[in-house]
Amino acid sequence: MRLLTHNMLSSNIKGVTNGFPLLIEAVKVVEKEVDFNEDFLKNMFVKVEWKALVEASRTLGYTELPESAEASMLDSDEFLRKFHHALLELHLEDGALVCPETGRKFPVSKGIPNMLLHEDEV
Amino acid sequence: MTSRPELQAPPEIFYNDDEARKYTSSSRIIDIQAKLSERAVELLALPDDDVPRLLLDIGCGSGLSGETLTEFGHQWIGLDISPSMLDVALEREAEGDLILSDMGQGLGLRPGVIDGAISISAVQWLCNADKSSHEPRLRLKAFFGSLYRCLARGARAVLQVYPENVAQRELILGFAMRSGFSGGVVVDFPHSTKQRKEYLVLTCGQASLNSTTPNAKGEDGESCSDEDDSSGDEKNHSVSVSDRHRPRKKQKLNKKVRGKEWVLKKKDQMRRKGNAVPLDTKYTARKRKDRF
Repeated sequence: MRLLTHNMLSSNIKGVTNGFPLLIEAVKVVEKEVDFNEDFLKNMFVKVEWKALVEASRTLGYTELPESAEASMLDSDEFLRKFHHALLELHLEDGALVCPETGRKFPVSKGIPNMLLHEDEV
Repeated sequence: MTSRPELQAPPEIFYNDDEARKYTSSSRIIDIQAKLSERAVELLALPDDDVPRLLLDIGCGSGLSGETLTEFGHQWIGLDISPSMLDVALEREAEGDLILSDMGQGLGLRPGVIDGAISISAVQWLCNADKSSHEPRLRLKAFFGSLYRCLARGARAVLQVYPENVAQRELILGFAMRSGFSGGVVVDFPHSTKQRKEYLVLTCGQASLNSTTPNAKGEDGESCSDEDDSSGDEKNHSVSVSDRHRPRKKQKLNKKVRGKEWVLKKKDQMRRKGNAVPLDTKYTARKRKDRF
C-alpha cells in the first residue's frame, strides 16, 4: 500500500469523528520504482494532506520531505522527486493501520490493508 | 441456465480461491471485463489532457478492470471483499493499491479526493442480504453516501451493474439519486439478451453543460439514450428505455420453395460446400408424377 492511498484512507468506524490520518505501524517496507509524472504530482499536491504525508513517510523511514510545503515549491524538480518518492514509491507491505480515535488496528498483509469492520463497528 | 452468483453465496464466499482462479483464467471473462472497463472509462468522460487521475475501482476483484485503468495511464485504488480475488490481483501484479473492504460499510475515504470511480459487475451484490445483520437499504445508503463524499466536485462514477430485475435496478438508482448524484442509466444493446449492459453514470455536483448522459450503443449503431431527469427532482426515478425496434409480426414465407431454379441453386450451394452432388442433367428437377 502506497502513501498515496494511506493519505486518502480514513477510519470508518461508527461514532468516530476524526478518523484521519490513520497511524502506521510498519513491520515491512518495500521500495518500488514508479514512473515519474509531473502532471499527476501537481494534480495530487492540492489534494494531499501534507502533514499526514510527512509523518507517514517518516514512519516508513523516509525523512527527506520538508515539514511544510507550498504550491511554489512544485517548480523545484528536487522537491517533485522527493514528493514522488514518498507518495508513490514507498510501500507498506506488512504492519497495521491504527484508528487515531479508537486505537483499533487494521492489519496490513502483502500490502493489502484489511479495512473490514466488525458487526458492532458499522 | 446457471443461477446468478448473487443468489448462490455472499461474494467473499462465492469468490473463493478456486472460483477466483477460474474467473481470472477464462479468456472470455477477461475479454468481457476489458470491454466493460473500457466503456466505463469512456463514460467517465475525463478531460482529454493526458493528466493521470486518481480513480477508484469498486469491486476490483482480481484486477482485470484495474488493468484497463493502468493502460489509460491512471493511478487507482481498488476495493474488494474477497481475499481470494485480491490474491489473484497481487499475482497479476496489479498496479493499483488494493484494499480488502466491504463497500456496504462505506468506502472510508477522505472527502473530495477521488477524480472518478468505476465499478464493473459489482454493485448489484449490495442488494442481497448476505448476513442476518445486513439490511440492503442501509448498505446501499452507506455506499452511495460515502461515494458521493469522496468524489471531487464534477467527478463521475460509472457503475456497470447486473440487476436481477426492475425492482433491483430502481432500488440502486433510487439510493444513488438520494445521495445527491445526478445522472442516469446508459443501456448498451438493450435488445440483445446476451450483449445488454447497463451503466449507471452518476455525476457529483451540478450537472454542467458538458455532462449530459451519453448515448448508448444500439445494435445498429443507433443511439438509445436514457435521460434520467433528476437535477433537483428527486421523485423522478424512472428509467426509460426507448424501444425503436417493435417486435415484428412473423412474416409469412411467401417464397415458393420449389421449382427447377431453386433446385439448381441449392445443388450449386452444396457443391460449393464441398458435398458430393450429382451432375445437373436434363432430368434435374423435371416434373414427376403426382405420386412422387
